[in-house]
Amino acid sequence: MMSTEGRGLVLNENLLFEQSQPGRVGYSVAGLDVPAVTPDSHLIREDISDFPELSEVDVVRHYTRLSTWNYGVDSGFYPLGSCTMKYNPKINEVAARLPGFTDIHPQTPEALNQGALELMYNLQRDLGEISGFPAITLQPAAGAQGEFAGMLMIRAWQEARGQKRHKVIIPDTAHGTNPASSALCGYEVITVASDGILSKEAVAAVMDDDVAALMVTNPNTLGLFEADIREICDLVHERGGLVYSDGANLNAMMGISRPGDIGIDVMHFNLHKTFSTPHGGGGPGSGPVGVVDKLKPFMPVPFIVKGDGGYQLEYNCPQSIGRLKSFYGHFGILVRAYSYILSMGGEGLKRASELAVLNANYIRARLENEYDLPNKQRSLHEVVFSEDALQNDCHTLDVAKRLIDYGYHPPTIYFPLVVHGALMIEPTETESKQTIDEFCDALLAIAAESKNNPELLKQAPVRAKVRRLDETAAARKPKLRWERE
Amino acid sequence: MRYLPHTDVDVQQMLDQIGVSKIDELFSGIPEDCRLQRPLDLNAAGSESEVLLFLRELAEKNSKVSDWDAFLGGGAYNHFIPAVVDQLVSRSEFYTAYTPYQPEISQGTLQAIFEFQTLICQLTGMDVANASMYDGASACAEAVLLAIRAGKKRKKVLLSQALPPQYRETTATYCRYLDIELVDIPLQNGLTNQVELQTLLDDQVAAVVVGYPNYFGQIEDLATIAELTHASGARLVAAVPEPLALALYKSPGELGADIVVGEGQSFGIPLSYGGPGIGFFAVRKKDMRVLPGRLVGETTDKDGKRGFVLTLATREQHIRREKATSNICSNQGMCVLMVSIYLALHGKQGLRQLADVNFAKASYAKEKIAQLKGFSVTFPGASFNEFVITCSEPVAALKKRLEQGGILAGISLGRDYSDLENGLLICVTEQNSREQIDRLVSALAGGEA
Repeated sequence: MMSTEGRGLVLNENLLFEQSQPGRVGYSVAGLDVPAVTPDSHLIREDISDFPELSEVDVVRHYTRLSTWNYGVDSGFYPLGSCTMKYNPKINEVAARLPGFTDIHPQTPEALNQGALELMYNLQRDLGEISGFPAITLQPAAGAQGEFAGMLMIRAWQEARGQKRHKVIIPDTAHGTNPASSALCGYEVITVASDGILSKEAVAAVMDDDVAALMVTNPNTLGLFEADIREICDLVHERGGLVYSDGANLNAMMGISRPGDIGIDVMHFNLHKTFSTPHGGGGPGSGPVGVVDKLKPFMPVPFIVKGDGGYQLEYNCPQSIGRLKSFYGHFGILVRAYSYILSMGGEGLKRASELAVLNANYIRARLENEYDLPNKQRSLHEVVFSEDALQNDCHTLDVAKRLIDYGYHPPTIYFPLVVHGALMIEPTETESKQTIDEFCDALLAIAAESKNNPELLKQAPVRAKVRRLDETAAARKPKLRWERE
Repeated sequence: MRYLPHTDVDVQQMLDQIGVSKIDELFSGIPEDCRLQRPLDLNAAGSESEVLLFLRELAEKNSKVSDWDAFLGGGAYNHFIPAVVDQLVSRSEFYTAYTPYQPEISQGTLQAIFEFQTLICQLTGMDVANASMYDGASACAEAVLLAIRAGKKRKKVLLSQALPPQYRETTATYCRYLDIELVDIPLQNGLTNQVELQTLLDDQVAAVVVGYPNYFGQIEDLATIAELTHASGARLVAAVPEPLALALYKSPGELGADIVVGEGQSFGIPLSYGGPGIGFFAVRKKDMRVLPGRLVGETTDKDGKRGFVLTLATREQHIRREKATSNICSNQGMCVLMVSIYLALHGKQGLRQLADVNFAKASYAKEKIAQLKGFSVTFPGASFNEFVITCSEPVAALKKRLEQGGILAGISLGRDYSDLENGLLICVTEQNSREQIDRLVSALAGGEA
């Protein structure tokens, strides 16, 4: 589908493959300083059919133009609930690109990469201090892999004690990754309804000797601190279970409350949320996991230890759950997170949590008369409205799309599932009062539009690169790659 | 603090609007016995110059491959990265965005992923590729899970012993509690033993997994392995740790693989001590709806204009929860861009040329080492840019000796392969000059490095 629209400033950019011209190259491979040889001809590929052929300028313009159709934290306010879209400091990018970090091979002897190991060791220590856990693994590639690692450790610990348990309790407010990670460990998922906050009674009603663990998110996805968490942990522990905490919302808690101090046994961090590493258009994330002492023997290998000979990768861990990926974790992301902790310091991290909570509560106060707030308890770093106050058959999706016309990235929508038409707003601490005021003004204007001129919502967005896209057609007749017509 | 914009006046006005007198009241939902009663014991906040100075000191304690004659591969490859790659991925419209949940303002990321999916399909010779996985090892594990899901009641998976050890270990971790039997296929001459494979194949086998190239850099006879595998009704998974080889050698798709996974770090992603890299994952059309991970599809908007969206989400954890095809939520977005830009720049000709250079340099090194007394090239078959040598002296001591001469000679194989105790895996890429190779050869021979 080669478009006939001119390029100029018109918002169009054909696919790489559509721009390709036979014989064009965008890169000069250095000449050969050894004799040219080729493998046996029957093994050799003819060519990579339809692979693009472009000049360097073509490629640069292509991706530059694509970037202009994106919206990132640097473009503006990005209040995507549960994702903690805080500002990504530029010094982190510079740090991660230092040649002494980028240009090091994972198979180089440990003695030759002491700086990298020291950084990882320090980061383990700092994350331990922030969370209250005595042991940290940096290996998991993202939050979901951290969950998987944590649940594996729980299962390994129980099996080492001769117990085979089959169930995991998960509140209905949880992220979808929680049940999916549990299933990957062979567990059956028991969903419990929570009335905003998970009650002791609700857990007690399903807790039995076949339950391996309770998986909670604290504060939960409604932004509420699980006030009964200590007693709930006691209850689970008494029956031989463990408690996993999803650390997605740690940004509300730094320096204020430590999961490791209040009965939680395992927790993952999302360095791309709480610790300012960029979300990268979908990743890479990084999901370190903290555990209590009794789970330490089950940690993934390798992990970093400090010995007489300096920092080392420790593989000798016979009860380990094994390896989750190649090498030692997303090192480049770990550098960024460590740079952030160094920049913020302990006090700065606590202040960040305080201001994140202040921002969310301010949004709540400014909007709660116009948008329906189903849970009235004191919330922390995010606020979740429902669509119930919207008029004229306007829905959360319409509000989200209209926000695009006002120049904002929409909040998370339709999650958590327990809120009808959820609009989940997480501002983070890096947004100023002025930005938040403008955003609230926009949402109030949209609420008024839903009463007076609902078509504005239903037609939105009209100012983006494309209008609403036909997602049903995309799924019904999937076209997942370009092919020559 | 420079990332925190609030003035005292702002804070006061916000507290007034909320109707509380101090920030602490906002935390009243946290019981007192859940509070930390002391300050965090961390460093004090650092200025930008202080932080950078400290991190630079750490960085300088490391050994850059560019300062050595480095012949290390084994799943992480030292290839040159054109300046364009980092210049473009540094555009923060890309890297400060998240998963493109709102397609109207994410068309840049979405089109880039759609193109990435296409590039991966072309390279692997497959029909459908996803928006990427964490890395090659975890993609390999997910491929096994896909084969089990799609293979109905079949619960056995055969893993070639020449599959990279980290891929095998990761797969074992993923399968740990899923009642899946993993069986090793023994080797012959550094290749998957086809006779043993035939013996192991039965109606319980859901998948056969082999490396292409395998851990020893060898090119497996995928076509024959595919034939044997299909005859027993199983899927063939080809795991590709060094995808540059696919620009030279026949694609796994052409040779009959059902699933192709691998590691894309070779294409424009820095070594970064082993991460982040990027896993790619490609299948035949029949498995499209059981794929793990994000997928981008083409569609049209209200005005009929072409656009791209995340699609087939009913496979995924945020919809299906415990019944999802995988628990994966992120993809490696930033690395998707690096790989795509790198491949677009090299293009059809450049990538082949680069693969030719890698092959020629490795062949040169292989031939020179084969002539040395006390060393032999362990396996006779075709290889790409890695190969195994057998040393007559203990590998650890040899490596140490070469290290003193500024050479990182390769990876010892003894830890993972007891019968290759004197084996050394050597990798030669376009980054190794003829002079470096000659120095390696002469150092091995015992001369001055």
